[in-house]
Amino acid sequence: MNIHEFQARELFAEFGVATQPGKVANTPAEAETVATGLSGGKLVVKAQIHAGGRGKGTFKNGFKGGVHLCDSPTEAKDLASKMLGQVLVTHQTGPEGKEVGKVFVGEAVDIARELYFAILIDRATSAPVVIASTEGGVDIETVAEKTPEKILRLSINPFLGIMPYQTRLIAASLGLTGPLMNQASKLFTNLYNLFIARDCSMVEVNPLVVTQDGRLMALDAKFNFDDNALYRQPGIVAMRDVTEEDPREVEASKHSLNYIGLDGNIACLVNGAGLAMATMDIIQHAGGSPANFLDVGGGASKEQVASAFRIILADPLVKGILVNIFGGIMDCDVIAHGIVEAAKETGLSIPLVVRLEGNNVEAGKKTLASSGLKLESGENILDAAKKIVAAVKAAA
Amino acid sequence: MSILVTPDTKVLIQGITGSFGARHAKLSLDYGTKVVAGVTPGKGGQLFEGQVPIFDTVEQAVRETGATVSAVFVPPPFAADAILEGVDAGLELVVTITEGIPVIDMMRVKHAMKDSKTRLIGPNCPGLVTPGTGEKSHGGCRIGIAPGYIHKKGNVGVVSRSGTLTYEAVWQLTTRGYGQSTCVGIGGDPINGTSHLDVLKMFNEDPETEAIIMIGEIGGTAEEEAAAWAAQHCKKPIAGFIAGATAPEGRRMGHAGAIVSGGQGTAESKIEAFRASGIEVAETPSDMADALIRRMKRS
Repeated sequence: MNIHEFQARELFAEFGVATQPGKVANTPAEAETVATGLSGGKLVVKAQIHAGGRGKGTFKNGFKGGVHLCDSPTEAKDLASKMLGQVLVTHQTGPEGKEVGKVFVGEAVDIARELYFAILIDRATSAPVVIASTEGGVDIETVAEKTPEKILRLSINPFLGIMPYQTRLIAASLGLTGPLMNQASKLFTNLYNLFIARDCSMVEVNPLVVTQDGRLMALDAKFNFDDNALYRQPGIVAMRDVTEEDPREVEASKHSLNYIGLDGNIACLVNGAGLAMATMDIIQHAGGSPANFLDVGGGASKEQVASAFRIILADPLVKGILVNIFGGIMDCDVIAHGIVEAAKETGLSIPLVVRLEGNNVEAGKKTLASSGLKLESGENILDAAKKIVAAVKAAA
Repeated sequence: MSILVTPDTKVLIQGITGSFGARHAKLSLDYGTKVVAGVTPGKGGQLFEGQVPIFDTVEQAVRETGATVSAVFVPPPFAADAILEGVDAGLELVVTITEGIPVIDMMRVKHAMKDSKTRLIGPNCPGLVTPGTGEKSHGGCRIGIAPGYIHKKGNVGVVSRSGTLTYEAVWQLTTRGYGQSTCVGIGGDPINGTSHLDVLKMFNEDPETEAIIMIGEIGGTAEEEAAAWAAQHCKKPIAGFIAGATAPEGRRMGHAGAIVSGGQGTAESKIEAFRASGIEVAETPSDMADALIRRMKRS
């Protein structure tokens, strides 16, 4: 799960992580009020969408840039009025863009240095790892590739947490000396505490900045939260903004289906995550293009199959469906009945290829064959993939 | 021999009275597995299916029945505690089926287990099967949720991060007349107890295992590490399959650990590592058993 920039700042405030003063605004008038309450210097107004690249983005109304500096609350109000309710297109939103519902209004910061600081869970050591670099404000992957010596990686003992000496070590490697070292120690410790307390899987502060007047603060941050831990993080769940998510995925999550929308035209419905990925791959291998990842669960109940069909068919891009089920413990005949019912109920009018294997498969195949539905059976996964690709091409 | 478990292994089930645990405990009993105890706090003294004693704690269950392995079916909020209870009771092996355990919990479990003698398999895994000699491999040791009847006793070892892909591979082997020594699902989470490499080493040492199928997916670099080791040390033919070549970067594909991030953990990298190590790569999931047969004929 991801959150907005202003929500990240709220978390920073809660855990005592220094950041630039400011608040979120829903209307131009609110933006003016927020601006008036700030210190009176230069201001920044930032469109709140999850996608990156906001500064270089363009609004569909022609207004350029989702991040602007200004000098007065009146100007902040004017900027907010050009962003709010408008659709911002960045290199990460796709051509359809995202409507901006909120702006962040903050004190502009005179930056002296831009640094990078992140915490994530390292799979290899099964422990949190801090990644820090003097090269902030740019893509860390580029830094890792071109100047790996400028990246510090420091493993944290999960029982001890980040030790004070480790925070000083990181500060020193970033050239944060004198009073800045104390600020850095406090910021890194509080950020680590936030990371653990809120079940994050990643926190990336980029840039972490030193201001001209000698303050260290987190200027922008990206959070990822562990979906498995959301049951114990009601405050984080409340930050979820479903308008930022693929509506197909929002609908699927209501039915406890593991669905990820892609841009191809052959939908697939599979039991098990590994087999579901492999099914997408084989559609491409056979010359087609997968429309989604969809795992109905290792068990694959009749009800889940039915709701999966409805979600797939609600996608206008979908021109054919491949069902791939390995019925290990589930009876294939029960699954076959589920498919037939779902297909009839949804008035299926596009090609359907079903590959069933496993427990009581012969009865399942008979049920499919005698259903009166226009569907084909696949002998194995490859055969099924070839058949659906051919059927979709023939129908086009 | 097999690896990790034999048909004589005494198994206990943590969470035996929950619907999921009960269903699979029953299937294991039907398969002929020696399920000797169940654990559900507060239900000690009862019997499961009229035959398996239920205990309040793992410690009691181990003391009374001599169980050495447990299967954990406990819901995610309580699973970390259940795993460590098994570790503390001195079990040899704890197989965690539970899906959805918070990563921070697993991180702590893994570090708490560091100096113990217990091996953890999973979490978020289908478990493991050492097939038996009876009809449809009856009489084997089935721990977890895999269908038992698809197996056949034999000499191929299977290791995989995915449940249904394991069943596909096993079924392809069985229908072609190739049996299995042991099939191990190591699970789809980013932090797990046992890696591909751990299992490969065991298969390499096991005299009954003559060939290996290794199934991986996007995310992490465990497949690359296993392949690099195999190139140097593994004497046995291996076939491999990797799922997720078409997965978009930055998205978790069902399994919490199946994610390509920062250009790391791609299918291309893993397939390349397999090829460089002499592992025969299955082009599609339909090709897993045939890929192994091709590789075996070559050696």
